[in-house]
Amino acid sequence: MCYNKIKIEFLSKSQNESFARVAVAAFASQLDPTIDEITDVKTAVSEAVTNAIIHGYESEEEMVTIEAIIEGTQLTVIVSDLGKGIDNLELAMQPLYTSRPDLERSGMGFTVMETFMDSLEVKSDKGRGTSIIMKKIFNPLS
Amino acid sequence: MHLNFENNEDKLIVYMSGELDHHSAEEVRNIIDDRLERDNYNKLIMDFGEVTFMDSSGIGVVIGRYKKLHMRNGKVCVTNIKSSVKRVFELSGMFKIIMSYDDVNQAVNNI
Repeated sequence: MCYNKIKIEFLSKSQNESFARVAVAAFASQLDPTIDEITDVKTAVSEAVTNAIIHGYESEEEMVTIEAIIEGTQLTVIVSDLGKGIDNLELAMQPLYTSRPDLERSGMGFTVMETFMDSLEVKSDKGRGTSIIMKKIFNPLS
Repeated sequence: MHLNFENNEDKLIVYMSGELDHHSAEEVRNIIDDRLERDNYNKLIMDFGEVTFMDSSGIGVVIGRYKKLHMRNGKVCVTNIKSSVKRVFELSGMFKIIMSYDDVNQAVNNI
């Protein structure tokens, strides 16, 4: 079975959102994805990284970590921050809920991740950070 | 993200090109709002034909302009929604309140 792994770290600056999603998409390209599959992954990664930058950290001086793992036809992406954590996870995951109405956010971040990936798991400790673990199985070209 | 503006009678048309994410959203909303205020438009057509990527930040931008113009009896619509951005729009349920047209001409004739 094919196994591969990358780990990248970058400052919590919004400029790095596009770098992060393109880097994961480039890594996932070895699974021969369709354009739709790659768009799904890029969008989900963009949401997770945006959350880490807006909600996890309050400054641009912190580090966001992404690990991506390929096992067979499955891609796992783990986006982690060491920020303030999520107060109420159940509430945060509800569609249209946003803790920052001042920022004109849509409250759709977790819903996008859940819909575009095959599974989503969120681990959050108050004051210690949040990890988003997303998996997607790619249909091999036959 | 690059923006091009055009006006057609009382309607402001904004052609967007590039990637619309949290990073670019702030600039996009500021530039569009400046234009809306400066010439006192209350009808806005947002063209997505050249938008190559959009996450839920884009929904925030469209809904934000909708709320703003709705308060002064204005209208917002979107045009040229391609498959790369369509799923995010559909997921948000936004098409229930904001009209989508195939192209700018259709939008100009309908809003």
